[in-house]
Amino acid sequence: FAIVKGDVAVIRMNDPNSKVNTLSVQMQKEMIEVMGEVWADNAVNSAVLISSKPGCFIAGADINMIQACKDAEEVAKLSQEGQKMFEQVEKSPKPIVAAINGSCLGGGLEFAIACQYRVATKSKKTVLGTPEVMLGLLPGAGGTQRLPKMVGLPSAFDMMLTGRNIRADKAKKMGLVDHLVDPLGPGLKSPEERTIDYLEEIAIECARGIANKKIPLRKEKGRMQKIQDYIMSFELVRNQIYKTVHGKVMKQSKGLYPAPLKIIECVKTGVEQGPTAGYLAESQNFGQLAKTTESAALIGLYHGQVACKKNRFGTPEKEVKTLAILGAGLMGAGIAQVTVDKGVHTILKDTALAGLARGEQQVYKGLNDKTKKKSITSFQRDSILSNLTGQLDYKGFEKADMVIEAVFEDINIKHAVLKEVEAVVSPQCIFATNTSALPIKEIAAVSKRPEKVIGMHYFSPVDKMQLLEIITTDKTSKDTTASAVAVGLKQGKVIIVVGDGPGFYTTRCLAPMLAEAVRVLQEGVDPKKLDALTTNFGFPVGAATLADEVGIDVAAHVAEDLGKAFGSRFGGGNVDVLKTMVDLGFKGRKSGKGCYVYQPGSKVKEVNPEIGDILEKFKMAANPAVSSDSDVQYRLVSRFVNEAVLCLQEGILNNPLEGDIGAVFGLGFPPSHGGPFRFVDSFGADKLVEKMRRFEAVYGNQFTPCQLLLDHAKNSSKKFHK
Amino acid sequence: MASMLLNSMRSCSVSHSWAMRFGKMSSSSVSKKTLARPGVKNIVLVEGVRTPFLLSGTTGLLNRTGVPKDAVDYIIYGTVIQEVKTSNVAREAAMGAGFSDKIPAHTVTMACISSNQAMTSAVGLIAAGQCDAVVAGGVEFMSDVPIRHSRKMRKTMLSLNKAKTLGQKLSLIGSIRMAHLSPELPAVAEFSTAETMGHSADRLAAAFGVSRVEQDEFAVRSHSLAKKAQESGLLEDVISFKVPGRDIVSKDNGIRPSSMEQMAKLKPAFIKPHGTVTAANSSFLTDGASAVLIMSEEKALAMGYKPKAYLRDFVYVSQDPKDQLLLGPTYSTPKVLERAGLSMSDIDVFEFHEAFAGQIMANLKAMDSDWFAQTYMGRKSKVGTPSMDKFNLWGGSLSLGHPFGATGCRLVTTVAHRLKKEGGQYGLVAACAAGGQGHAMVIEAYPQ
Repeated sequence: FAIVKGDVAVIRMNDPNSKVNTLSVQMQKEMIEVMGEVWADNAVNSAVLISSKPGCFIAGADINMIQACKDAEEVAKLSQEGQKMFEQVEKSPKPIVAAINGSCLGGGLEFAIACQYRVATKSKKTVLGTPEVMLGLLPGAGGTQRLPKMVGLPSAFDMMLTGRNIRADKAKKMGLVDHLVDPLGPGLKSPEERTIDYLEEIAIECARGIANKKIPLRKEKGRMQKIQDYIMSFELVRNQIYKTVHGKVMKQSKGLYPAPLKIIECVKTGVEQGPTAGYLAESQNFGQLAKTTESAALIGLYHGQVACKKNRFGTPEKEVKTLAILGAGLMGAGIAQVTVDKGVHTILKDTALAGLARGEQQVYKGLNDKTKKKSITSFQRDSILSNLTGQLDYKGFEKADMVIEAVFEDINIKHAVLKEVEAVVSPQCIFATNTSALPIKEIAAVSKRPEKVIGMHYFSPVDKMQLLEIITTDKTSKDTTASAVAVGLKQGKVIIVVGDGPGFYTTRCLAPMLAEAVRVLQEGVDPKKLDALTTNFGFPVGAATLADEVGIDVAAHVAEDLGKAFGSRFGGGNVDVLKTMVDLGFKGRKSGKGCYVYQPGSKVKEVNPEIGDILEKFKMAANPAVSSDSDVQYRLVSRFVNEAVLCLQEGILNNPLEGDIGAVFGLGFPPSHGGPFRFVDSFGADKLVEKMRRFEAVYGNQFTPCQLLLDHAKNSSKKFHK
Repeated sequence: MASMLLNSMRSCSVSHSWAMRFGKMSSSSVSKKTLARPGVKNIVLVEGVRTPFLLSGTTGLLNRTGVPKDAVDYIIYGTVIQEVKTSNVAREAAMGAGFSDKIPAHTVTMACISSNQAMTSAVGLIAAGQCDAVVAGGVEFMSDVPIRHSRKMRKTMLSLNKAKTLGQKLSLIGSIRMAHLSPELPAVAEFSTAETMGHSADRLAAAFGVSRVEQDEFAVRSHSLAKKAQESGLLEDVISFKVPGRDIVSKDNGIRPSSMEQMAKLKPAFIKPHGTVTAANSSFLTDGASAVLIMSEEKALAMGYKPKAYLRDFVYVSQDPKDQLLLGPTYSTPKVLERAGLSMSDIDVFEFHEAFAGQIMANLKAMDSDWFAQTYMGRKSKVGTPSMDKFNLWGGSLSLGHPFGATGCRLVTTVAHRLKKEGGQYGLVAACAAGGQGHAMVIEAYPQ
């Protein structure tokens, strides 16, 4: 664990049971022992703390350890122990240098900032951050107290409230890191190993320098820093900051997430009332937060995301090295964009030169924006683009390992394209179809090799939306699925694999909710009010805005198709409302008008005045018994949730976890509820059924709870998530 | 400067007498087989010269005259940073030197191995039967690199040419801001990685665990060997030249042997504060020019020249410009030895380009590592390290200086001279270059 090199003790962390180091009870115990040895050894003047794992310093606290606690007091005690240990580190009579290579997150960062000095590698894998807020928690081992002192109030709030990762060079500028080291190339060892050794050598030099007083610990502050400190010394200014930050948080979170507010509270207590009160507030609040449903939901999503980043179908026989995409529209080009920078040779084919040029420009723009943000150099951009071939014919398709079609959603066009492709590609080539609602079985009906046909449903905009829904038919081979999942993972997607059927999983859940939204509009609720109701429930995008984003024409198309497939259960609002809008050219954001009017450059969107006339024409009387704000919210949500549970019941979904991930990452289901299944667990199936029965009495079978939901309602011990 | 060299090139037959002298001295020790192959033309180095490599700041020309004008069929020059006005510097230098204007000339560029490229292009032309005698060389003017206007300014100036009315012109002139006026220096950083070479060398040294002391020791060795060679008159390829307005320069002026204590005092130049590459253990950029006369063996003999050496196999290699920027010699050495059917121990004279002491040490360690050979070069085993008793015995780029485009010819000429002086049979030249490229060439002594 600790090796003494001359007068410097090197503490190497390496959790034998995991790919990453985490702060666990065991680790804490060992660390205290080792620290004791370091302090007791008279030959040692300083210490270096380093991880032997490539790409990871400490990834954070062990989440399972927190979840295993029975109640808030137990978690608070855990937090106090962490605080105590880091306080000892901070007050260490012998300087301790944290040598950081790879992720230094959460508790790892709190450990590092308790040390006297930090050396970090400039590697791309080296990131520092406090992501606790994303799990509904707060930095509970002194982070809320030390960070503001270290980087100032504004930066500390920014880090803790957004949870974003900070790269080493930025961390150096912020004062979070004292010294940077370049990552090394291959020498007599692999680059990773050698870089760690080199980091250790430099850190030892630094530790020795600090012990000999050759390296000063207090840095000379810059003028800006001094001015900032001066301004911050006024209580009035600080209060203004708390107020502004609080306002921002309330606006963005709608008050649905307790963690950000608690973080502000802890920081404020520490700064205004001193460290004793601050540390107490931190541990107490940490304990409380750990036992909130929001935190459980967010941690569930985190676990789900990790699970959906694995290929449960194994390694495919053949790696996809050349990927061809048909259709250079928004989708096709988006898929190209997330593929080409992963070193996969990408062919982008369209039928018209103008369309192809637009698509290639979209890919270029995506990469160029990255250059502007300096995440890649212009040279890398150009070399990535050399992997993209734009063309109008099927030249080179014989080398393609996979073809993804993203042509217009029309079964006849899809059939034509499938036949054309199968005529030119090798027999091993996989044909993936990107569709949001057409059943894959029907598309595969004309295929010579149905075992090679699979659905890959991307979400727009492809480079921003994390989810990929993969749809398999009963004929799709396991290797085809494994290959599609491998491609999706390479593209950086979170993947759910679902069974075939109209609307698969995601579209099928969204359709009844949108039908309900149309009914709500017909009942005289303003689009703005509808948006407010949905966002206040926790949806990141309001229902009316969502319809505009998806496209009113697409929504009409889907509503009609699924209406035919599922009958009256998918009714509610009148499809003709959408159709009339499409006829008038109100296709949503892309056409400039939908529920709202979109003007380029203008940030305020106004309700489309002409939509009032349409809604007037299709006006329905609202039933006051089920039209309170809360009832409207639950009408929208319960239809979504019921359909999701039905998908699990029918076997479209493999497990509730994928259902939650799909709903949150693909459709924006409120993350604070953790997805439809977790929502049923925490809200109570019985309570939901009770509400639905009330709506059913008014509207009929659209609100009839499915059997699985009824089972859960009858037996409260039944939970989707253990 | 280049034309002066070409002048001296033309008078190279004067070297006959001393060539014979060395020949007698060494002929007894040569016993290895020759690398001549049936059906492959023997190509020889007839003469090589260079100006002293001067620290930037003292440039000029000296004329040497009087030589047959039809000796040469073609002229090739290597250069790195091109002056816009003389983009084909080879042609300008040739005419300026009084070569016939009927001799075509072209310029090649390949970073630090530009003049190697000039020589091997010449070898190619002769081997293909296109030419019989070619002058190849390299030239660099570090003290007068072209500095460009900023892109904004260039754009404005170009549109100014196109502006028709006075109003348009005035509005364009009015659009010039302070930012337009800041000039652009030629980049010393790699285009692909935006990393300077010194920075990369420091990382390379660290990757191979080369210590600061090792680097300083090697630099001191280079300087003291160069000093010794200079004092014993071994650097005979140097010709004097007159700097206008100043004295004649006939010696390299960058050779400064110093003590290890002095070396240790210097602060790192690139990676601060923990780097190991300093100004003293890096090669310094200078003005300088070098040239060689390359001929087919029959032609040289027919014209009454006494060739100095055979130019045998050569290779170019390239690898990752980020982490292996300066490992050219490691990659090129085993490859060229394989081509020539030789092993490390067959080589009597090594001349490696010393870009940085750390780079040379890293290459030596890489060549001695089975792991590196297997993991990164796809070879079964390491090639081995050259014996230091045979390695850069007359100094190198660290002490003599490194005019980008001219170093290659110096290496080859030095090998030829050392083979004669030391009585060896085979020599090996290896060099690294920007862009992650490398070169190596096997040279065989001409039988005396």
